[in-house]
Amino acid sequence: MHLLRFIGGRLIKGVIVLIAIATLNFFLIRAAPGDPASVMAGEAGAADAEFLRQLREQFGLDRPLYEQLWIYLTDILTLDLGFSYRQGRPVIELIADRLPATLLLTGAAFVFSLVLGVILGVLAARRAGKWSDSAITTGALFFYAMPLFWIALMSQIIFSLWLGWLPNVGFETIGAGYTGLRRALDIGTHLILPATTLGLFFTALYARMMRAAMLEISGADFVKTARAKGVHEGRIVRRHIARNAILPVVTLAGLQAGQIVGGAVLTETVFGWPGIGRLMFEALAQRDYQVLLGVFFVSSAMVVLFNLITDVVYRVADPRIEVGR
Amino acid sequence: MSFFKRFARNKGALIGLIILLLVVLAAILAPYFYPTSPWRMVTRPFLPPMAMDGYWLGTDALGRDVASGVMHGARVSLLIGLVSTVTALLIGVPIGALAGYFGGLIDDALMRFTEFFQTIPAFALAIVIVAILQPSLYSIVLAIAIVSWPPVARLVRGEVLSLRSREYVQAAVVIGQSTPRIIFTQVLPNTIAPITVMASLMVASAILLESALSFLGLGDPNMMTWGYMIGAGRTRLIAAWWISFFPGVAIFLTVLALNLVGEGLNDALNPRLSQEGG
Repeated sequence: MHLLRFIGGRLIKGVIVLIAIATLNFFLIRAAPGDPASVMAGEAGAADAEFLRQLREQFGLDRPLYEQLWIYLTDILTLDLGFSYRQGRPVIELIADRLPATLLLTGAAFVFSLVLGVILGVLAARRAGKWSDSAITTGALFFYAMPLFWIALMSQIIFSLWLGWLPNVGFETIGAGYTGLRRALDIGTHLILPATTLGLFFTALYARMMRAAMLEISGADFVKTARAKGVHEGRIVRRHIARNAILPVVTLAGLQAGQIVGGAVLTETVFGWPGIGRLMFEALAQRDYQVLLGVFFVSSAMVVLFNLITDVVYRVADPRIEVGR
Repeated sequence: MSFFKRFARNKGALIGLIILLLVVLAAILAPYFYPTSPWRMVTRPFLPPMAMDGYWLGTDALGRDVASGVMHGARVSLLIGLVSTVTALLIGVPIGALAGYFGGLIDDALMRFTEFFQTIPAFALAIVIVAILQPSLYSIVLAIAIVSWPPVARLVRGEVLSLRSREYVQAAVVIGQSTPRIIFTQVLPNTIAPITVMASLMVASAILLESALSFLGLGDPNMMTWGYMIGAGRTRLIAAWWISFFPGVAIFLTVLALNLVGEGLNDALNPRLSQEGG
C-alpha cells in the first residue's frame, strides 16, 4: 500500500517534469532567430509555403502565446511530436524506429560500467596503498579526463582498423542475413566497442566512488565488531562492507542515467549506431529542429522513467529508506 | 601549515599545476609561435608528424598545421571553460544562497527548480540550446552554464544552511544588519573554499562539454577548437590518425590537470576532510 502510494507520487512528479520539459521546448523554439513556423520546418527555404501554412494552422501560431503553449502541450502528451519535413515522416515514428538500438546501447553501457566500476572499486579499496590500488585509481583518473568521443575514435582505430578484432561501425553485418542466435551474436560483437567506450567514463566514476565508500565503511563500528567476533575477512568484505558501500553508488548511478543517454549521441555518431543519438546528429546537420526537440523530449522521458525505476528498486532493496524520509 | 605547503603535499596536484601552467603558456604564446591563422593552409596535406621540420604534429586534410591548431585551440578551451564556469556560478550561487538562507517555501521552490535542471540530460539540452540559438561563443557559454549550475546551487545551499545558525550570524541578526549585508559579508565569504574546489572541477567539465559540442559541429565557426579538429579528422581516421589524436591528447592533459589541481585545492582548503579520505 505504502509502496503503491510512493510509486503514484513519483509518477505524478515524473509527469510534471515532462510537462515542464515540453514547456521548455516550446520557449526554445520561440527563442530561435526567425519565424517559429520556418524554424520548425527546418532549414530556411527548405519548406514550401503550403507546409508552412499547415504548421501555422496546426500550432495556432497566429493565436496568443498561452493558447499556442496549450496546443503544443496537448500535442506532445498525445505523443504527437511534429512532422519531419526533411524525412517526410512523423517525428514519433522516426524515434520509435531508433529507440530499441539506443536502449540496447545505453543499457549495456550502464550494466558494464556499474559492474566493472564496483568490482574495480572493491579491488582498489582492498589493496589500498598497494600498487594495484594505484593502478586502478590512476586509470580511473585518466579515463575520467578523456573525452568520450576521442576514446571512441581511438578504440575504433586500434581494435577495428589496426587489429581487426571488432567491426568498425554499424548495428549488424549488412546483407549477411543472419537469424536467431547467430544474429544476436553478430549484434553483440557490434555492440562491444560502443558500449565499452560509452561506459568507461562512468566506470571510472563508479570505481572512485565505490573505493571511497568502501574505505569509509571499513572503519564503522559494525565492521570492528564483526572482526572482533572472528568473522572471516572475505566474508566481512562481501557481506558487511561491500553491501553497504554499494547503495550510494547505485543511487548515483541511477541519477547519472541522463548523462549516459546524452553521451550516447557521441558514441552513436562515431560508431554509426542507428539509435536516437545518431538521429539527433543527423537532425543537427539538417537543421531539423522538430526531430531535434523530439529526441530531446524522448531522452528526457527515458531519464525520468529510469530515475523512477531506481527509486522504486532502491526502496524495495533497502527498507531503511522509509524510516529515513 | 601554509596553504601552498598543504597543496604541494599532494604530488598529483603539483603535476597538475605544472601541466596547467604549460597549457596556459601555450594559449598565451600561440600568436607568437604561429602568427598566421590556424585555419590557413601552410603546406601539403596529410603530412605525418615529425616528417618535416617545423610541422612536428603533421598537417590535416587541408594542409593546416595541427600544432598551430592545438596551440590556438588552448585559447578557446580555456576561455570558454573559465567564462562558462563564472556564468554558472553567477546563476548557482544566488539560487543556492537564497534557498539556504530563507528556507521554507522559497527553499522548496528553488530546489524543485534545481532538481528539474538536474533531471534533464545535460548534454542533450546543451546541444538543443546551441543548435537553436546558432553556434557562437555566447550560445556555447550560455548552454554550458545552464547545464552546470545545479550542483553549485546545491552546494551553496548546504553550506549556507549550516552557516546561518552559527553564533556570529545570529549576532549579526541581533545587531540589526540588513539581510543582504549578512548574506554577502557574513555567510558567503565562508563558502568560498568549497566553491573554489568545485569551480576548478567545473572548468574541466566545461572544457569536455565544449569539445564534445564542437566535435558535433556546434563550435563557434570562427574559432579553431580541439573538438572541431577531432571531428574534422574523423573521416580520415585510417589515412591520418594524427589529425584527431593530438587535439584529444591536449583535451585529456588539460582536463586531467584541472581535476588534479581541484583535488589538491580540496586537500589544502579542507585539511580535516583530506585526512580521512586517505
